Amino acid sequence: MYETLDQIFILLRQWLLGFLPAAWQPVAAIVMSVAVIVGLFPALFALTVLLERKGLGRIQNRIGPNRVGPFGILQPIADGLKSLTKEDIVPLSADAVVHFLAPVVLVVAVFMGFAVLPMGRNMTLVRMDAGLLFYFAIGASTELSVFMAGWSSRNKYSLLGAMRAVAQMISYEVPLLMSSVAVVMISGSLSLDTIVEAQNKYTWGLPHWYIFTPWGFAGFVLYAIATTAETNRSPFDLPEGESELVAGYFTEYSGFKFALFFLGEYLAMFSISGLGTTLFLGGWSAPLASLVWVPSWIWFFGKLLVSMCVFIWIRGTLPRLRQDQLMNFAWKFVLPLTMINLFVAALWHFLGDGWARWVVCTAILALIYVFMATVGMKRKNFGARSYRYAE
Amino acid sequence: MLGEGILKGLAETAKNFAGSYVSAERMTTVQYPEERIAPIEATRDFPFLVYDGADWEAGMRCVACQICEKECPPKCIYIVKSADKKPDALGKPQFYPAKFDIDISVCMSCQICVEVCPFEAIKMDTEFELSTTDRFGGLLYDRKQLSRSNEHYHKIHPTEAAAVDARLADAKAKANVKSTNAAIAAAVKGAEIPARPPAGGD
Repeated sequence: MYETLDQIFILLRQWLLGFLPAAWQPVAAIVMSVAVIVGLFPALFALTVLLERKGLGRIQNRIGPNRVGPFGILQPIADGLKSLTKEDIVPLSADAVVHFLAPVVLVVAVFMGFAVLPMGRNMTLVRMDAGLLFYFAIGASTELSVFMAGWSSRNKYSLLGAMRAVAQMISYEVPLLMSSVAVVMISGSLSLDTIVEAQNKYTWGLPHWYIFTPWGFAGFVLYAIATTAETNRSPFDLPEGESELVAGYFTEYSGFKFALFFLGEYLAMFSISGLGTTLFLGGWSAPLASLVWVPSWIWFFGKLLVSMCVFIWIRGTLPRLRQDQLMNFAWKFVLPLTMINLFVAALWHFLGDGWARWVVCTAILALIYVFMATVGMKRKNFGARSYRYAE
Repeated sequence: MLGEGILKGLAETAKNFAGSYVSAERMTTVQYPEERIAPIEATRDFPFLVYDGADWEAGMRCVACQICEKECPPKCIYIVKSADKKPDALGKPQFYPAKFDIDISVCMSCQICVEVCPFEAIKMDTEFELSTTDRFGGLLYDRKQLSRSNEHYHKIHPTEAAAVDARLADAKAKANVKSTNAAIAAAVKGAEIPARPPAGGD
């Protein structure tokens, strides 16, 4: 029974493939899996948008959307219909081809990332030995689409937004990669399936997730910071800071293209949360040994939704950073810490089993963190500002 | 500096999130079409023309002096002076607006027209549910649509309207005294030098 439920999608696909001639089956298998991914994540996107609007409302002591359907649950459908039926305006001076291609490139690039994510036991679309490498290579190409959008719109706000976005995404790409490298060092593989398998073990009923190690915890926090910046989410939403740049790089987009950007942004959040889940939170493995009877895909998507809720929670809490704070934070705090974390991960590996490595690694990380936060990020006091000419 | 402020903030928002489900007094919003908050007295959105008495056309205070038209920053007022005259609030014959249009899609609710009007004829309304399906004609109000009675003005801005009424009564009393004095002076002058025509009022 457990096996059937756990593998229900695989079995369903096998059953459907049985109706097709043998020659078509390999292609049909891929098409079916892709179709499920392409259908499922936009549905999840609708759910998350509703969750976000309701959650942010509650955080701000509002009710949130409650008019369309019972408790407003049909709001995403209304939003979707609205954006589909809206006029699609292309500015006269815009580069129409690039302007059209930018959202398409974004969504395609983001969807490619889902190909290597293990969404359950045996539920990886492409079992790639260098899955992590592929993921980051594809993920980096979203910067291209952002800049395409900003440049082709021929609007100063779009261009400023795009330049901010590219600067920010390149800056945080480095700590994102570096915090993931620690996982690769310990698990010894770039394959995401192998990384999940390595975490799918239990001691005293507790899982061997990497987040429950000192270097894993630090890595996860740094990874979370980098992903928030990478997906342009608050408090790192400078590229679309509406109080400064109208809407940033998609200022000149309307109707369905705007919806595509919106979709791409949320899909990027899903996929990067999925990767974080895979790297640090044990992917599809159960959080307790006594819970392994629950199907693996429930755990993966549960963790995904929990990460989305944390994203929303953080958005409701933190105000937007300034550009210089953003860059300082990336290069002077997050990046050095990820490098030290690599060192700690190596130490963890070579100190062998036992309690000594727990003490040593935790102590090093805590000390460095306190040092970096108090000394490194100290605000310089230049005294009261004086104006030479204005007075 | 260690990030404890972030944790404190997260705790605060979590408290808000959970609290909004249990305590209704936390909620800062009202469910608009069903519930409404009464507008405060200083509320204003678009101008209207005040008239005295029951007939909007006869009682209109506006004398088509066109000061508001000239002062309006976005130029949303359009006035055509009448060919004939009719008695105003003080009883003097004055022009009246043959046409008085305000395009409320252009109006920015700055109230400058109200401040420059010497006749207390244009005031700010509080009506805000003005949406229409015709964005050109539907938002261009003519003088009939703009006319509101002095009673309406008293209802929406009681303090201000009372002050305006007092001012107007004062002006009327002064004008009465003046015209009586002028009449007496003219009578006296006429008695002394009958050859010269009597001097008119101001």
